[in-house]
Amino acid sequence: MARVELVDIQKSFGAVKAVRNANIVFEDASFTTLLGPSGCGKTTILRMISGLADPSSGDILIGGNRVNDVPIHKRNLGLVFQNYALFPHRTIAENIAFGLKYRGVAKSDVTRKVHKALDIVRLPGVEDRYPQQLSGGQQQRIALARAIVIEPDVLLLDEPLSALDANLREDMRVELKAIQDRIGVTTIFVTHDQSEALAMSDRIVVMSAGRVEQIGDPDEVYNTPASEFVASFLGASNLLPARVIGRDADGVVLETAEFGTTIVPANRAATLGDGDRGQLMVRAEKLFLSDGPATPDSTQAVIEAVDYQGQLARYFLRVGDTQLQAINMITGRPFAAGSTVNLTLAANECSALPLKDT
Amino acid sequence: MSSSDQSIDKRPWLLLSPSLMAITLLVVIPMAFILVYSFYENIDLAVDKVAFQFGNWSEVMTDGYYRTAIWKTLRLSVIVTVLAAVLGYIPAYFIAMTKFRDKWLLLLLLILPFWISFIIRTLSWIHIFGNQGALNGLFQLLGLTDAPLSLMYNEFTVIVGFIHVFLPYMILNIYVSLEGIDENLEPAARTLGATPWQAFREVTLPLSMPGLAAGCLLVFVLTGGSYVTPLILGGPSDFLFGNLIYDAIVTELNWPMGATLSFTLLLLLGLVVVLYSRLMGLNQLSKAFK
Repeated sequence: MARVELVDIQKSFGAVKAVRNANIVFEDASFTTLLGPSGCGKTTILRMISGLADPSSGDILIGGNRVNDVPIHKRNLGLVFQNYALFPHRTIAENIAFGLKYRGVAKSDVTRKVHKALDIVRLPGVEDRYPQQLSGGQQQRIALARAIVIEPDVLLLDEPLSALDANLREDMRVELKAIQDRIGVTTIFVTHDQSEALAMSDRIVVMSAGRVEQIGDPDEVYNTPASEFVASFLGASNLLPARVIGRDADGVVLETAEFGTTIVPANRAATLGDGDRGQLMVRAEKLFLSDGPATPDSTQAVIEAVDYQGQLARYFLRVGDTQLQAINMITGRPFAAGSTVNLTLAANECSALPLKDT
Repeated sequence: MSSSDQSIDKRPWLLLSPSLMAITLLVVIPMAFILVYSFYENIDLAVDKVAFQFGNWSEVMTDGYYRTAIWKTLRLSVIVTVLAAVLGYIPAYFIAMTKFRDKWLLLLLLILPFWISFIIRTLSWIHIFGNQGALNGLFQLLGLTDAPLSLMYNEFTVIVGFIHVFLPYMILNIYVSLEGIDENLEPAARTLGATPWQAFREVTLPLSMPGLAAGCLLVFVLTGGSYVTPLILGGPSDFLFGNLIYDAIVTELNWPMGATLSFTLLLLLGLVVVLYSRLMGLNQLSKAFK
């Protein structure tokens, strides 16, 4: 168990800057997700922590010790690969015991530890089988067992769920989190899947184009995104150009062409800055449709298309020249395409963002 | 139901039939002729009597000269195979692991020598090891020797010639095997605590065994059956079993004896293949070509 710290980490591949100035702290026993689209540098960071890649500059600290020059095999990390990377010529027991061999564990202890690891991943009794005799989900559990049996200081997971099919992925998600809670190992999880990140993490590091966009707990990055990128990458949201017409201790008053004035709570405008221009972020599920009479704070919109999803419907709307989307629970029947509705927004659940990413 | 079962049973044979026909016409029937010939009796140069006698066979079995040739051939084949395996693994590993973008160029370099005749390639060593060759020229230029050293026509040059010609087969076989190994396996072993060498020995080497074994079998059989390389690069005592066949047929014009020796070599090398398939399984060989 250990705290991991990245200090001013940079990584370039030729002229390409894969990671720029990353400063991240992974707290002891926490579950931290590196989230971002492919090519954002999240896997590169994981590889640098594991030692499979060297940073161009900056320091990596594990448990307070600088490990830049510590070879991979001495870092005591458990790494789970996206494609499992089980040894096909070894049995399951041999796969799991692989790392124990280099740690001078006595033979009787090896058997016991392998047995226990298989219990933890809830796959007992497969010791003598070979990896290719197991299903994808089972292989993933073995890869996890192989990584945790060595009692690593840090558990690194490189998109471990992305090769599984949808149902299995959600089951494994819950189970993986439960296992991490139980053994309490510092875990760094790489994914491009926002729902995985939101569901599993203590903290989320959102990355884009080699840069850390925001670090925060799931609630924080979802509700008070630090940048336009974070707002649009996590969930469906509407970003409207706005003028800042007033601010006090309670909130910021924004004026938009579509909704007039809106008061956004101060804690949701933390990244706005001083200028008189910004953006109003309205989550699709915080924009409500109704067919009742117009009220002073409602806006008229035309429904252009409806995407029916059972208990939910996603509406594509037009207010003047602006396109908006809204996700509402369906009560009775969904609104029909082509009809005119009244829109209201939950102002205290909106956020204010700076106009451009800096 | 039964008719569809039958058609499923026949299909593999139908698909195999062209190659089976070719093998029968070009290998089995000629070999049968050779077997028949081995029982004929040689009376004079190129004069044979049709007969069914075991004179040739008993000579091969009892004459120590032939046994010596068999041991020499086995010994040299083993030396060449082991050297080719060690020397071939390194470039194969390099080609498989390199991040060099135009990998096909490296493979092309490997195949390039095949564009030049095997005889020419073998003869070219005379220009390197010969009395007027590059090495002797260099030694004299540096003043290391006054007179040319005799470097040619010994077992060493024969081995060099064999390695030169057969190494690409070894490299290609190992390369194909290495190429098929998941590139995350070595890193996985490393993160679990293995040093680079341990990771190689525990993961990459065993997983490349099919290719290594296939390469070894090929090089062993090819070396065991050759006669041109010792003829060109070897001295009078550096003959292989193949040279005896050559002598019997071309020099002594004793075809029945040549046929007997040919069949003996076929049986010996066939035995090696059988032993190999017992140890490794021939299906391992097919894996190397997947």
